[in-house]
Amino acid sequence: MSVLLYLVPTALGLGLVGLFGFMWSMRSGQYDDMEGAANRILNDDDLPDQTIRPAANDLKGP
Amino acid sequence: MAEPDTTLPRDTTAVPVQLELVVEGIDSAQAIAQIEQALAGIPDLVYARLNMTTRRLSTQWAHAGYNAAPLFAVLDRFGYRAVPFTTNQAEQEESARTKWLLRCLAVAGFATMNVMLLSVSVWSGNVTEISTETRDLFHWLSALIALPAAGFAGQPFFFNAIRAIRSGEMVMDVPISLGILLALGMSVYETAHHAEHAYFDSALMLLFFLLSGRVLDHVMRLKTRATAANLAALRAPLASRLGPDGSLSEVPADALATGDVIVVAAGQRIAADGLVVQGQSAVDESFLTGETDRRVVLIGDRVYAGMLNGDGQLQVQVDAVGRQTLLSEIETLIDNAVTSKSRYVQVADRVARVYAPVVHVTAALTAIGWLMAGASLHDAVIIAIAVLIITCPCALALAAPTVQVVVAGALFRKGVLMRSGDVIERMADVDVIVFDKTGTLTLPDTSQPDFARLSDGDLRLAGRLAQSSHHPLARALRDYARARCGPLAALDDVRELSGQGVCTTYQGMDLRLGSPAFCGLDTETPTGGQSLIAFARDGAVTLLPVGQVLRRDAVETIKALQTASYRVLILSGDRAEAVEPVARALGISEWQAGIKPADKLDALNRMKAEGLTVLMIGDGVNDAPALAGAAVSMSPTSGADVTQAAADALFMGEGLGVVAQTLALCHKGRAVMRENFLMALVYNLVAVPLAMAGMVTPLIAAAAMSGSSVLVAVNALRAKSGRLARSRTRRAE
Repeated sequence: MSVLLYLVPTALGLGLVGLFGFMWSMRSGQYDDMEGAANRILNDDDLPDQTIRPAANDLKGP
Repeated sequence: MAEPDTTLPRDTTAVPVQLELVVEGIDSAQAIAQIEQALAGIPDLVYARLNMTTRRLSTQWAHAGYNAAPLFAVLDRFGYRAVPFTTNQAEQEESARTKWLLRCLAVAGFATMNVMLLSVSVWSGNVTEISTETRDLFHWLSALIALPAAGFAGQPFFFNAIRAIRSGEMVMDVPISLGILLALGMSVYETAHHAEHAYFDSALMLLFFLLSGRVLDHVMRLKTRATAANLAALRAPLASRLGPDGSLSEVPADALATGDVIVVAAGQRIAADGLVVQGQSAVDESFLTGETDRRVVLIGDRVYAGMLNGDGQLQVQVDAVGRQTLLSEIETLIDNAVTSKSRYVQVADRVARVYAPVVHVTAALTAIGWLMAGASLHDAVIIAIAVLIITCPCALALAAPTVQVVVAGALFRKGVLMRSGDVIERMADVDVIVFDKTGTLTLPDTSQPDFARLSDGDLRLAGRLAQSSHHPLARALRDYARARCGPLAALDDVRELSGQGVCTTYQGMDLRLGSPAFCGLDTETPTGGQSLIAFARDGAVTLLPVGQVLRRDAVETIKALQTASYRVLILSGDRAEAVEPVARALGISEWQAGIKPADKLDALNRMKAEGLTVLMIGDGVNDAPALAGAAVSMSPTSGADVTQAAADALFMGEGLGVVAQTLALCHKGRAVMRENFLMALVYNLVAVPLAMAGMVTPLIAAAAMSGSSVLVAVNALRAKSGRLARSRTRRAE
């Protein structure tokens, strides 16, 4: 039964990773606009005018 | 907000400023790309992101001295109407609470899964050969996970229960908290005594499903609140500001400044607090005083933002603008939308109030009964816990709200905004549908206006007069005049007579714009399917025929409604010659023309006396009494402010098809609600006696309880789509 020594902590650890992942995604507002996200993925506007968008600004939101 | 979509390489050393806008008319995925790309060129705009769910646009500007006018111009060019918006306190609190509940739900979900993992091992071990040491280890591990998790995730229930006990009330959270705490305490005791069973899993599963219900309920309320707030913001009108040169410009109410003079047309909501400097009218201040009688206001009287102007045109000198004045109105509207609970929700609430003490008494009596029958204290307590868990009326509490979430969401996506949850039930009862013609069944054919009969001087005057009316024909004339003559100055002392027209005296001339009869013309020349308005300058009358086109899907919609055995009527204030061809084209045999607002109300009351439930659909100022008097009413968002205030539901867009869809969805929604109540009831009738008989362990109780909740929630999803014809036939049987 010594297998439990690492299986149980592994199971708990994976669960905790999922939990923290969810908390993080909620805090960063990823559930604020479910409909928009579904539609946004269809827009390929990121292809042409990348040049006018500086990378530095892309990282900060309001 | 991971990645901004519109950013500009600009120096942002100054303090950035946020501006939130409600945008109306977003219906496609392209809207996002279209709007956000078009906004990219606006100076000082750092960031713009459109939220499709709430239909709001968040923008960030480099500094406070920004100019938002180009933004409105861009949105206007694409046909979107935008209004500045401030998220109110109540919505922020609701949103924070929903997030908190979601966090609790996540923790409960995580703990449930892991404890289940351990429990299943123990159960399988119990029937094979598990050593007592391993079982105890697993039970202690479960306790280690379950106790902190339940302590965190149970907070919403514990806090409510404590508050209720302190104030001596009885809510369902008390037996829920008691059940959870008893189950956990019992399990720790059992584990310490190396027993075979522990009930950590039951307690957590109960928490998880109860929290799911709460989260759903809150999401629905948040959505209603957001919709109501959007609606309130949209309804806060664009104000017509009087420039120093006497020209009128439309500005958002928030852009007004103290000292500005605004012109308020008949039927419009006043955009800011101020003093009347010109004109006289009667205003509806029922949102302030609750009085439904209109107050007459004269020059020098005070008016407040949010008041509805009656029949006259007012000029108001603004002395207070912005949030502090409008907020009270917006708050009222939102609270109405959220707190006006539907009949079924009220039933569930009442049941819960009676239910909670019954649950306690039942559980206590069960324990006492088993003790007297000779059972051990341990067994009696276990059975009592099972009764406590199984009697939680989660399914009952979920039955109505889940359906409302689904139906309101489905309608929202179709562009229908409901003012309260009970609209679903009233819609489902409708037998008769009454349509207004102009603006509802038909739209003015502004593509080919026949206003060239007016001389340029008359056109200017007529256009200036038309600015004071919300009637679609007047709007067509106004737009035509603006296109021909440029910006038009406002006229003073314009009075609007419901269902007739607008009039004023200008430089000694008597000006009238409205129905031919109103302009003093008795003989009306029939001109086919056209509507007639007339313009009179000192008795010299010019007839202005305006072509009408049917809304694009009117024919199919009416046909679908009639096939579904609804009685469809047209009650129009227009001439018989104009109504008849429309009625014929739509296949409506019951129609009346030339009806005054009061007659419409009479007609509705007669139908009501016959025991019929009437759905009134109209958009004009003359429809407002009928809309308020009908059992349930709808109005297009293009309608006058008065009409929108009186309607139960608003629909956006050019099509009429949403009317049929709304009816179908509400029908289905009510049917599903009834099914849900039945299911919840049957569940309790079966499960409670079994639990009292000691045939249900706490684990099975938690599973059964959760099962019934899931069943109710899943069943609610069926309300997403409804077919008009079928739901109707069932009703006709």
